[in-house]
Amino acid sequence: MTDPLPAPLAESPLQPLPDVGGPAQALLSVSGLTKTFAGRGKLFGGRAGAVQAVSAVSFDVRKGETLGIVGESGCGKSTASKLIMGLLEPTAGEIVFDGEALGRDAAGLRRYRRQVQMVFQDSFSSLNPRLTIEESIAFPPMVHGMARKAAIGIARDMLAAVGLQPAQYATRFPHELSGGQRQRVNIARALALRPRLVVLDEPVSALDKSVEAQVLNLLMDLKAEFGLTYIFISHDLNVVQYISDRVLVMYLGRVVELGAAEAIFAGAAHPYTSALLASRPSVAGRSREAPPLVGDPPSPVNPPSGCAFHPRCVFSEAVCATTRPALLPVAVPDRQAEHLAACLINQPGSGHSRAPKAA
Amino acid sequence: MIFYIVRRVLYSIPIALSVGLVCFLLVYISPGDPISAIAPPDAPAEMITQLRRDYGLDKPLPEQFAIWLGRVVQGDLGRSLSTGRPVWGEVSVALKNTVSLAVAACTLAFAIGTLLGGLAAAFRDTWVDRIAMTFAVAGVSVPHYWLGMLLVAVFAVTFPLAPSMGAGPGGTFVWDWAHLPFLILPMVTLSAIPLGLVARTVRGTVIEILHQEFITTLRGKGLRSGGILLHVAKNAAPSVLAVMGLQLGYLMGGSILVETVFSWPGTGFLLNSAIFQRDIPLLQGTILVLALLFVALNLVVDLGQALLDPRIKR
Amino acid sequence: MSALQSQSQPLVKVRDLNVAFVSKEATLHAVNGVDFDLAPKETLCILGESGSGKSVTLRSLMRLHPPRRTRITGTIQVDGTDIVAASERELSSIRGRLVSMIFQEPMTALDPVFTIGKQITETIRRHEGVSHQEAQRRALDLLELVQIPSARQRLDAYPHELSGGLRQRAMIAVALSVRPKLLLADEPTTALDATVQIQVLLLLKRIQAELGMGVIFVTHDLGVAGEIADRIAVMYAGRFIEEAPAEALLEAPEHPYVEGLLGATVTPASRGRRLTAIPGSPPNLRTLPVGCAFAPRCTSAEPNCRAAVPDLRALAPDRTVRCIHPAGLRPSMPPAMAFAAEERAP
Repeated sequence: MTDPLPAPLAESPLQPLPDVGGPAQALLSVSGLTKTFAGRGKLFGGRAGAVQAVSAVSFDVRKGETLGIVGESGCGKSTASKLIMGLLEPTAGEIVFDGEALGRDAAGLRRYRRQVQMVFQDSFSSLNPRLTIEESIAFPPMVHGMARKAAIGIARDMLAAVGLQPAQYATRFPHELSGGQRQRVNIARALALRPRLVVLDEPVSALDKSVEAQVLNLLMDLKAEFGLTYIFISHDLNVVQYISDRVLVMYLGRVVELGAAEAIFAGAAHPYTSALLASRPSVAGRSREAPPLVGDPPSPVNPPSGCAFHPRCVFSEAVCATTRPALLPVAVPDRQAEHLAACLINQPGSGHSRAPKAA
Repeated sequence: MIFYIVRRVLYSIPIALSVGLVCFLLVYISPGDPISAIAPPDAPAEMITQLRRDYGLDKPLPEQFAIWLGRVVQGDLGRSLSTGRPVWGEVSVALKNTVSLAVAACTLAFAIGTLLGGLAAAFRDTWVDRIAMTFAVAGVSVPHYWLGMLLVAVFAVTFPLAPSMGAGPGGTFVWDWAHLPFLILPMVTLSAIPLGLVARTVRGTVIEILHQEFITTLRGKGLRSGGILLHVAKNAAPSVLAVMGLQLGYLMGGSILVETVFSWPGTGFLLNSAIFQRDIPLLQGTILVLALLFVALNLVVDLGQALLDPRIKR
Repeated sequence: MSALQSQSQPLVKVRDLNVAFVSKEATLHAVNGVDFDLAPKETLCILGESGSGKSVTLRSLMRLHPPRRTRITGTIQVDGTDIVAASERELSSIRGRLVSMIFQEPMTALDPVFTIGKQITETIRRHEGVSHQEAQRRALDLLELVQIPSARQRLDAYPHELSGGLRQRAMIAVALSVRPKLLLADEPTTALDATVQIQVLLLLKRIQAELGMGVIFVTHDLGVAGEIADRIAVMYAGRFIEEAPAEALLEAPEHPYVEGLLGATVTPASRGRRLTAIPGSPPNLRTLPVGCAFAPRCTSAEPNCRAAVPDLRALAPDRTVRCIHPAGLRPSMPPAMAFAAEERAP
């Protein structure tokens, strides 16, 4: 039996911090988030290869939802997650958590970090190999001032919550567990502080399919149990489709599409999203002859002009090379107002021949 | 590539300047007054003051450094206090002997070390590996001077096969048949440490390379051992080059004991006498030249690595 | 084995293949009695999770395992040549010429300090002894065959100077240098981006048709297998537990593990449903159970399953399964529901 029936944490002295802004306010609000990595200095000054990994990214994460972030290598999804976690300092932009702007002061950051936790792809390297499982999970509460004994108690509760028998696993070391079990431990550690937002960066990508399903089910259960909000980053579109309420698609550091998962997977508004969806291998696809897209994702060191996707886009026109499309509501009446895309095709009066006529 | 070379050369300049500064300050951090070495013990105070003025020792420190640096750049390292001859002449002769010895020792160490390391890696965890690595560890751990004395005892005294003193006729080493026998014992002694280090580096590097997936690809392409060896060698070259370069650098300056044991008229020997005679200008000049040589050698190694490994950013 | 192959001489014939890795501490039984045939120009996908023995089986076809620690028994015939009995010398002339291989991570599978061109030409020259110019010319053709843009410049490029997709294309070019009859592919698209993966899959399909190679393709991804395979063989604990034409297997799996795997795989249709995870984790290859290795995780397991490894049984001329009660012969409730019921039990 692997799927857990989590034990209630009523006796736990650690309670989640209270909701400040009420359900209508976004839990996390990111606006204009930009991160530029300086390139190597050239001889006699000059900047070679400064990379804008994340460019003017704005989005909200609503309370209780799962926001999926998808994109290929170099799209900036990992950098974005590190910015959200406060592991990197943004070059520009603002992060607001439950109505409170994230500053750089130690106390604020500390409070923020208690409420926002992260789970990484590599279950092994994100655990200290010399600590037992329960010590690893107890570590964050102890850092936040809890007595060791109480923290170990929480660790054991969390182990039970992620479906690992505390009596059997608490005193083992990471190398004695399988990949799926280790990832459960990482989830338990992330939850030990009773966070409100969990950033999951490719949490199931390194797992076998049969174990992946166990962990996804667990994540769904824990979300309901602890009233969590997720940011779920993945390159696997099927998994994102399965777990997300809303989906954000990134390409070369920018958001190209954002909307409800149903809407996007039923009818993507951005040609890149469509191509990404059509690229999923399946039995149904075996009759196809031509790939949906040619070429590799471009390097962020040297981004194309205008719309970054235009060199690979089948609908590309001259205007695409010169105009960078803004992220605007999709102007199709039967779609939800909440569906945004950064493509000139959807924007009346953009100059693209496929764009709807300006009203 | 040309930019990389220029940049790397420019990076060496501040390092060389710092080296110069340290050498210059040697005079002030070393115990004892240099003047006392040339002045008679009962010299009157006026004479000492006069000497100080003559040698420029009464000026403020930065000014002394600037003057000193200006002279050094023109190749003037001052005069030896003990012989009165220009330091540059003394150092350059000694340097030639030392470089000859170091290059010979390094070549020997490289050849045998690579062979031992390569064999150990190819026959990992077998008796071949164990014997080769015993040699390597012994080479690194045996004290230089003790090995030198042992070799002298065996090959010069018990079985008089090779000379054990000096660099041969004329007191300085030249690459000819008359001088070569004099090279043998100090060369073998000096090669022990780099030999051990090279053997261990080659073994470690080659084992690491053999574990990489591209080796499987090469086997999968049907390449025979010889073809695979070529790939291993080119992949291992940058690491081995780095170790070799560093060792050559150490040998140039670090052979005081060996040169003393064999009375080899090199920089180590020179340093030794300079220290005992408190010949500060000679000491200063020798150390400066050796240190600059070391900096230059590092530069060459870095450039060589960039040439051998296309992944190093240019 | 299957009707399709009995008509012509198979390109690959594997019988009772066993591969074990021996160390001081333990013996790891990676492959435990594998039989299969591959027809010329056929694509077989070996599907399995980590530790199932799929890669080990694949590498056995070229005997690429570390020779000193590997124990390999059984027969492997590729185009009539006995691979298990061949000497190292014979093997080196078979490798790359008759059989060649592409890997998951082209960045590590290509030598970082040699140019792409050199890595292709050395294979050509090794097997055909042609001149440098001739090899160079053929290398250029190969880069064009795998659709690498501005091929002439790429000959002089080092692997790190190419994008992930181009690197994998270069790896394919290296493998095709001497037009092998059998191409082995070890998860060649797993490390690639989604939009690049499909390009490489389609390229492989096209080249296979063009050159008429047999392909054995190892993957853990059902979608990839569905996209490229003629037949799929599923491995578990070093055994083939089910083998069938691709569509048939993905549509109606027979073995409980394969059913479970399909249920656990997230597809567009999974949304809104709870995934039917397979409980437990894969077996330890050092201490395999006596009976069916999947029995400890199987909901339909019975004492017979644990007594001995079930025989491979033919359910149709082109379909085999290693299970006492495959889905087609099971009377009770549908398998997916059985898993769901098990999972919800306290």
